[in-house]
Amino acid sequence: MTVEPAEKLLAPVLSAFWDDPRSWTLDTYRRHEGYQALTKALAMAPDDLIAYVKDSGLRGRGGAGFPTGMKWQFIPQGDNKPHYLVVNADESEPGTCKDIPLLFANPHALIEGIVIACYAIRSHHAFIYLRGEVVPVLRRLHEAVREAYQAGYLGKDIKGTGFDLELTVHAGAGAYICGEETALLDSLEGRRGQPRLRPPFPAVEGLYACPTVVNNVESIASVPAIIHRGKEWFRSMGSEKSPGFTLYSLSGHVARPGQYEGPLGITLRQLLDMGGGMRPGHRLKFWTPGGSSTPMFTEEHLDVPLDYEGVGAAGSMLGTKALQCFDETTCVVRAVTRWTEFYAHESCGKCTPCREGTYWLVQLLRDIEAGKGRAGDLEKLADIADNINGKSFCALGDGAAAPIASSLKYFRAEYEEHIERGGCPFDPARSTAWADTSRTEAHA
Amino acid sequence: MSSEVSLGIPELPAPDYPADVRARLETDAREVIARYPGSRSALLPLLHLVQSEEGYVTRTGIRFCAEMLELTTAEVTAVATFYTMYRRKPSGDYQVGVCTNTLCAVMGGDAIFEELREHLGVGNDETTADGKITLEHIECNAACDFAPVVMVNWEFFDNQTPESAKQLVDDLMAGREVRPTRGAPLCTYKETARILAGFPDLREGAVEATGGAGPASLAGLRLARGEAQARVVGQRGQTPEHAPPAQPPQDDADLHATPTSPSPAEHPSSHDAPRQTAESDPAHPADPVGEHAEQEEGDR
Ligand SMILES: Cc1cc2nc3c(=O)[nH]c(=O)nc-3n(C[C@H](O)[C@H](O)[C@H](O)COP(=O)(O)O)c2cc1C
Ligand code: SF4
Ligand code: FES
Repeated sequence: MTVEPAEKLLAPVLSAFWDDPRSWTLDTYRRHEGYQALTKALAMAPDDLIAYVKDSGLRGRGGAGFPTGMKWQFIPQGDNKPHYLVVNADESEPGTCKDIPLLFANPHALIEGIVIACYAIRSHHAFIYLRGEVVPVLRRLHEAVREAYQAGYLGKDIKGTGFDLELTVHAGAGAYICGEETALLDSLEGRRGQPRLRPPFPAVEGLYACPTVVNNVESIASVPAIIHRGKEWFRSMGSEKSPGFTLYSLSGHVARPGQYEGPLGITLRQLLDMGGGMRPGHRLKFWTPGGSSTPMFTEEHLDVPLDYEGVGAAGSMLGTKALQCFDETTCVVRAVTRWTEFYAHESCGKCTPCREGTYWLVQLLRDIEAGKGRAGDLEKLADIADNINGKSFCALGDGAAAPIASSLKYFRAEYEEHIERGGCPFDPARSTAWADTSRTEAHA
Repeated sequence: MSSEVSLGIPELPAPDYPADVRARLETDAREVIARYPGSRSALLPLLHLVQSEEGYVTRTGIRFCAEMLELTTAEVTAVATFYTMYRRKPSGDYQVGVCTNTLCAVMGGDAIFEELREHLGVGNDETTADGKITLEHIECNAACDFAPVVMVNWEFFDNQTPESAKQLVDDLMAGREVRPTRGAPLCTYKETARILAGFPDLREGAVEATGGAGPASLAGLRLARGEAQARVVGQRGQTPEHAPPAQPPQDDADLHATPTSPSPAEHPSSHDAPRQTAESDPAHPADPVGEHAEQEEGDR
């Protein structure tokens, strides 16, 4: 019996024409059936559209996996207040690198999704909050929005339906916490990006205290395909509770890093199989299923189905599907220290467990990494992480605790070794992308 | 006890811009403010706008934002100091940011940063004496599949090495034209800030520069199309007939390779991007390349 080649599992939808030489243009998008879903959607009643997206089973791709149609349904109707859609394009979770290439190569998928979503929730003004540090993407968004206005997909009386929509592209200014949806709203209102107390939830009091939907780029960009090809088609991929396709981002010590679009529930083993495995002569040591805020996995978890339930059952979270793979040359203490420095730097300072806790975690970890750790430090580390996790004001705190708790679970011995021998047993030069190239050259 | 803290006269109000500058900025500011239902939403773009005038957020810039939005300068300062992209002191024409978040750091970002620090003789957030380059650590820039990543004025320089990064800063200092892997030919930091304020880049060819997606973004698509072979192998040597080109195929190499100055062929970053792919240790469970892998290759 021949085994199906693993790459046959892939299902490029959003990425289907990224290799077109002018993939980002309206022309190219239209040639690939772009804006046909919009025609279909505008002929539906808004409530039916919401129900349709709900029935498709689409879940949020920004990390938490909340059902998208249900989120739209929470927007009160007939309340005589403006409604807003805010697209979260802040993509800053370490390891996460899907929305940015999506927007660079195919911005119209997002814009079409925005028009459909706004029609459904009766919003007449939408925003794209794009992290500021990606100017090439900002350029293409400016251009795509211009094209969409010119073609009558945005603005007044869209396609003769009487529906009006303004779309504003807004560049952030560098702050990971602004990806958290309520901090994002504060930031979009021109304030420091600090999370808000919930309730009230954004669906009731969001931007300018009006009903607001905040969705991830990939969530909204997936909507046109669902409308155009049908919810049954969408449900034919993935599982009952995690249906559909998604972008997996493979990075690190793998032979072929990049974006792999396929059905939910694929495994890392399958992805590595098609991607050529780890780099030659090396073994997988640890990996994140969905960015640095999701507890890390090891090679034990290669066959975990990468969907919301599968990863959850294995003790982590699907998160953003950012599969950062590290091989045996990598010091886990170094990796975790660096992530923790990131959380300490990005902590907004609003609540004590996170603001103070991340600071002390960094002090302890730096000492351990440098071989100055002492007996009892690991207990202290676990204790502080535990006092942040679940006790912070927003999920950034939980994210900061995740790499520490999970690495202590799988690699405690490696921490101990740092303390016992008073230093790091790893040579960072061996982990670099060019390490093996130069070694081969030296031997040649 | 004596104290170094000055408790004396409060700082005088910041001077205003010269009248012509003020008039020009006001026109821009009004355009920005009109995009939002609530004027205060324009604050982040306006701070980018004042950076596009002076290269950093000056007290004059803060006063301008406050006046345009009817806020106090304290309110504006509180916001400006929260976000890392707003500079608080004069800096270089080119901001060279090396990603040293975990994945890039491990893949070589730390080594690249060290190399540049020595080569330029400046530390983190410091500027070279000629005012050309400010060196910075940056956080994950959503390009981990192109690690290690360097950003110059927020354009992507993917798959860098210490050598390519050194060449890059040398080119910048020599005033040679530098092109990113993904993004438009570099403009100055001030010009970049204007785009961030929401004013489209009107330079000919800026939007289309470097083509569709970068090579890593196409990894899955090419496999799904059968255009790239699964579990093979640049530079594998043993089976050259199976080895795909180590570089992206010619048709898009023109679009996506790293054409840094003076010409793609001469710049290290255009050809030494570590995109080596090969099968891993066959004994390793993480690498499913086993007996059937060869068979499938034959099947295709
Ligand atoms: C610290 C932090 C950072 C986040 N960053 C992002 C982000 O960059 N992009 C994103 O879509 N969601 C991010 N989220 C999740 C958002 O709060 C929110 O759940 C999401 O945008 C909802 O969209 P979805 O339902 O379409 O997934 C972040 C959450 C936290 C706690
Ligand atoms: S957990 Fe951290 S980021 Fe979140 S509110 Fe508290 S201090 Fe701010
Ligand atoms: S870690 Fe450097 S771009 Fe993500």
